[in-house]
Amino acid sequence: MSGPLPWAARRLLLGGVQTAAVVLLVLALTEALPGDAAVALAGDQPDPERIETVRAALHLDRPPHERLLDWSAGLLHGDLGVSLTSGRPVASYLGDGFGPTLLLAVPTVVLLVPAAVGLGVLAARHQGRAVDRFVSAVLLGLYAVPEFALGVLLVTVFALRLGWLPPTAVGYGTDLPAHPAALVLPVLVLLARPVCSLARLIRAGMADALASPYVAHASRHGLSGARVRYAHALPNALAPAAQQLARTIDWLLCGVVVVEALFVIPGLGTVLMNAVAERDVPVVQGLAVVFGVATVLLNLGADLVTHRFAPRAGVAA
Amino acid sequence: MPSDERTTTATPFPGLHRRGFLAASGAAGLGTLGLTGCAGPSDTRADVDGEAGRPKRGGRLRAAFAGGGASETLDPHLSNLFADAARAKALYDKLADYGADLSAQPRLASSWEPNRTLDRWKVSLRAAVFHDGRPVTAKDVLHSYRRIADPARTFRAKASLEPVDLAASRALDARTVEFVLKRPTAEFPNVMAAFGAYVVPATARDGDFDHRPVGSGPFRLVSFAPGRSTVLRRNDAYWDGAPHLDELEFVVANEESARVNALLGGQVEYAHELNPATARAHEDGGRIRIVRLRNSAMQSFAMKTDRPPFDDRRVRQALLLVADRAELVKGALSGAGEIGNDLFGKGYEYYADALPQREQDLGRARSLLRQAGADDLRITLDTSPVAAGFTEAAAVFRDQAARAGITVEVRTGSKDTYWKDILDAGTLCCYRSGAMPIESHLSQRLLTGSTTNATKWRHPDFDTLYQQAQSTRDPRERAAVYSRMQRRLHTEGPFLIWGFADWILGTARTVRGVERQAPANTLDWARFDKVWLA
Repeated sequence: MSGPLPWAARRLLLGGVQTAAVVLLVLALTEALPGDAAVALAGDQPDPERIETVRAALHLDRPPHERLLDWSAGLLHGDLGVSLTSGRPVASYLGDGFGPTLLLAVPTVVLLVPAAVGLGVLAARHQGRAVDRFVSAVLLGLYAVPEFALGVLLVTVFALRLGWLPPTAVGYGTDLPAHPAALVLPVLVLLARPVCSLARLIRAGMADALASPYVAHASRHGLSGARVRYAHALPNALAPAAQQLARTIDWLLCGVVVVEALFVIPGLGTVLMNAVAERDVPVVQGLAVVFGVATVLLNLGADLVTHRFAPRAGVAA
Repeated sequence: MPSDERTTTATPFPGLHRRGFLAASGAAGLGTLGLTGCAGPSDTRADVDGEAGRPKRGGRLRAAFAGGGASETLDPHLSNLFADAARAKALYDKLADYGADLSAQPRLASSWEPNRTLDRWKVSLRAAVFHDGRPVTAKDVLHSYRRIADPARTFRAKASLEPVDLAASRALDARTVEFVLKRPTAEFPNVMAAFGAYVVPATARDGDFDHRPVGSGPFRLVSFAPGRSTVLRRNDAYWDGAPHLDELEFVVANEESARVNALLGGQVEYAHELNPATARAHEDGGRIRIVRLRNSAMQSFAMKTDRPPFDDRRVRQALLLVADRAELVKGALSGAGEIGNDLFGKGYEYYADALPQREQDLGRARSLLRQAGADDLRITLDTSPVAAGFTEAAAVFRDQAARAGITVEVRTGSKDTYWKDILDAGTLCCYRSGAMPIESHLSQRLLTGSTTNATKWRHPDFDTLYQQAQSTRDPRERAAVYSRMQRRLHTEGPFLIWGFADWILGTARTVRGVERQAPANTLDWARFDKVWLA
């Protein structure tokens, strides 16, 4: 390995290939779905003649590889094409969906990192004792609750019984930032599971690090307990956690459908669900590109972090 | 447990469901002949607390519907979903619309008169103006119908307008249209009431609908964000009287639980499509009001009559006798509905209500099967979570059929393509339809040339009866012809119509004037110009 830059460049190139592969795979899978946009549009009136007309109007009668080539040519100019269902540009779908998704993802990550690190370090410091057992038990229990169930529970208690928070974001779709209260419950639901997995990873990493010879060595040199924990042990615990965090952010960005549906927040997940149901291939492909690029960049970032914090771990290019 | 259109709680991801399509479309017309009068507003509007009182003006009502997501449009001719239909109704008018019994009632058309042979109809328009102040003219009507019928386009109402020869039809003056028809069509008013047959200005351009929609309806557009919110404002110049509400907002929430929560939490005042469990929980003195629109969705099993085993009418008759309808309504609709008698359109105009109610008779079913040489009958029943109660109905029927010695294998298909899949394939399938005139049901599904003939019911004598009805001027004689057709369908299928599901709405306790006798798809359903906030 000759320095981080060429390595990062190679990773980016590979990422581009991976994204292209994702797009191809998504196209193949969408083609494999039964029916097409014309059939989906026809709904409960499957008049064969009407379906044929729609199919011709949408150019669905052309072979998939031709449509993919056209679409790819557009993509090179930054044009993601237009929706089959509405005729509006795919870019506007992504733009509209991205805002709500970010509004959910950013606060979740901002709260997730300190909460998970705090809980993980706390548990590791008291390893095997009551605090550790309590924290671990609560995290495991919380992790076992599915998002939908947790969401329904939170809504029933905090919105419908106590009336502290709005039950959904209905009607705030165009101006969500002005109603932050509507985001509290969805963000809590989104936090619930990642906080558990991340805290447990950090706890394990910390426990290993605290038990390692180099920490003992640092202590022998008279460094303070906090300094040893945070400057020497924690970075080692963060390396695996960074990978997990990248996956979590990816999960948040790709649209958390359950939470979006439950709280009526029209983010990217909702756009994807509708597009798949409508067989709106250009929109699905546009989302695949966005999700693919996001995944590649996030994993690259995570690898860089790991590289920085735990160089001995080695990073595969 | 059945729930709303796109949600069954039996699935792990309630969000992952196809949006619901409207279960009915317009038909190759019918309606009442030469009807010139219209019943005034009925007195059946919701008034649970007995606080009838005078309508109060003002306020904003927020209505939650399942919607079409980012693909929604305000083009009224593209309406496909309930949410589209409700929005189109607020912004636009049709020439006629359906009353509670699915007979055509005049709207923009103030009267209509056919010639002797029922193939030319003179339609007079009332004095109405578009939102931009220009009058609604015969030219606008013809333009709208020609746009819908454009062969290069695929608007939903196109099939309904098929009987009209639009090239020959013309404007006699600014407020009179003469429609020339390709054949006698006694129930042409139903063409004018067809789903999606809205009148738009002749100057409307395709790109304008989502930005500056100009209609003649009770509300004007304020703002539109596809898949999120549509805000409308009262049209004070509305010909049918200005709405009581200042503003109306449509919001989209595809999850039933989200619609209920929003209603309970005071975020909306009207929630469309609730499931029976929700209705039961809140029906009596709850925080919200439950409105059940009876007779909104016909529920049935459709048998394909052109292939074994259902090409033998005795097998079809046996199946009709196998069904325990009350148990199906209880099991598949959670009791939110009433039983059917193998005929479409209970309570609608021309419904043959004199025919005896069919009861389960397993003994006779077995003997019919024996006569048909089908003692050990095995059938595959196609179903899908595409509509409320479908998968449950299939399971209940499988058990009922087993008691008559019939082996039913249930096959669950994709909900995105279900209607297309069952059109030509399979032998027996779950089937549903929203409200439409009985004539539309006959012409769309049971004629040799019907485009969505899922039962492959093709009988020249049946087609002839239909044509006879369409050439009959006298409504009573015409009713007699419809009666004959329905008797035949009742005797031998092909639809085993076991029930009619309620359409369930919830409203805040302050909402008044919600019509309770309007099946979904009719004029008074989702009609917000007559609603007010107490």
